[in-house]
Amino acid sequence: MAVLKVLVIDDEPGIRSGVSRILGTFHVSYPFMDEDFTFEVAAAASGEEGIEMIADDKPDILLLDNKLPGMQGVDVLEKIREKKYNIAVAMITSYASLDVAIRATRDGATDFIPKPFTPQELKSSIENITKQLYLKKVTNKLNEEGKKIRYQFLSVLSHELKAPLNALEGYLRMMKEKQAGDRIEDYANHIDRSLQRIQGMRNLIMDLLDFTKIRLEKKEDKIQKIDLARVAEGAIVTVQPYAIQMDVSVNLEVRNDSVIMADPEDMDIIFNNLISNAVKYNRSGGRVNITIESTGNEIILEFADTGIGISENEKDDIFREFMRVKNERTKNISGSGLGLSIVKKVVELYHGEIKVESTPDVGTIFRVKMPKN
Amino acid sequence: MKKSDYTILVADDDPDYLFQTIFNLEKAGYKTVRAESQAEAELIISGFRPDLAIFDLMMESDDSGFILCYRIKKLYPDVPVILATGVSRETGMSFSLDSEKEKSWIRADRYLEKGIRADQLDQEIMKLLKL
Repeated sequence: MAVLKVLVIDDEPGIRSGVSRILGTFHVSYPFMDEDFTFEVAAAASGEEGIEMIADDKPDILLLDNKLPGMQGVDVLEKIREKKYNIAVAMITSYASLDVAIRATRDGATDFIPKPFTPQELKSSIENITKQLYLKKVTNKLNEEGKKIRYQFLSVLSHELKAPLNALEGYLRMMKEKQAGDRIEDYANHIDRSLQRIQGMRNLIMDLLDFTKIRLEKKEDKIQKIDLARVAEGAIVTVQPYAIQMDVSVNLEVRNDSVIMADPEDMDIIFNNLISNAVKYNRSGGRVNITIESTGNEIILEFADTGIGISENEKDDIFREFMRVKNERTKNISGSGLGLSIVKKVVELYHGEIKVESTPDVGTIFRVKMPKN
Repeated sequence: MKKSDYTILVADDDPDYLFQTIFNLEKAGYKTVRAESQAEAELIISGFRPDLAIFDLMMESDDSGFILCYRIKKLYPDVPVILATGVSRETGMSFSLDSEKEKSWIRADRYLEKGIRADQLDQEIMKLLKL
């Protein structure tokens, strides 16, 4: 429940008390709003008094009579504009000439209420203004979040793409200037590290490509019957060279039916990301166990590893874009921070859910549930 | 005093950048101490006063470098600090230490783009150490 402050400026006492009475019990609710709005009404009998109340109380909505004893309604509007107050203004006027209407609109009035008005007319005007205020609030919030995501995106790109370039440049310069010796062998470590940084950058670029490919809707024409066992096997083959290097064994168990209606590309994204994570954040000699099981109309995937685990407070964040758990154990593991956010988006596209259970230094289980069709 | 009388603390979570910076500083003649994280750097400065410090901006958190600047200046107000980072122009997040206003909240003596040449870095250090 949110309260909007309404100020009515009118020299007729009947209008002031009428507005208070009508709006005092009024509330606005719409299915698309996440809260109801009620109204708190204050009143002023002149423009001068009104201006003071605006400065003190900062109302959200102003109902303004144009014909006032001292300063006129349009003068009040001008003051509001000068001071850059953020108020939605409706003009109450019995003789709304075109001239007044134009001036008032130019100075920021958003609505006109004819005088005398019925309770219903007042309510529908207030309803309109409330809707506009609500939408404005939502838009502002979205803009801010948009900016924040854009900033994160740029800072990650900048950091994650420039850092390897800086590293490569540094090593090449050392080689060019023969800083570590005259023989190529003197630079074996430099070359190894350079190749590793290139690989890291390649992974980031692949994730970025996946990220831009995700659609807001499933591509219905690509939906087909696919066997997730095959998808899993494909992903295991892809990760195998890396798993051998890390000394991690990857096992697949298909308990029963593993067929789902889905876009194969989407399923690849889920398996590739979760399996490569399970290998990447594992320990030497560790295991990755993948199980596929169906119950009724649901398919349940489990990706269990014997790796470094995720602490309780890190769990909330791991599905966020560009989030990377940074600690002693992850410092030498490269990643874009996009993989899990991509997986979550895809799973949700299929009205499924993804959950994580983890014990630090023991292992992590990612569990995905999706309807079969 | 000569360069080998000075110990420089370098904190960076990028192992390659850390390796290269340390390599260049030692080649130039300085003694070095390395930290691979903000936490490690904090531990080091709690018991040791370096003659100069070079901090990466983004480590465990996006403002690790700022925090380290603040901490070290509180412990040792006279130790010159260089803040090094790869992010600036791309994010629209650029700052220099030219204006008094920026100096008041960024407690570093120099702000340097990563990827500067070893001899440039050495010159900046010599200026700060008044060599």
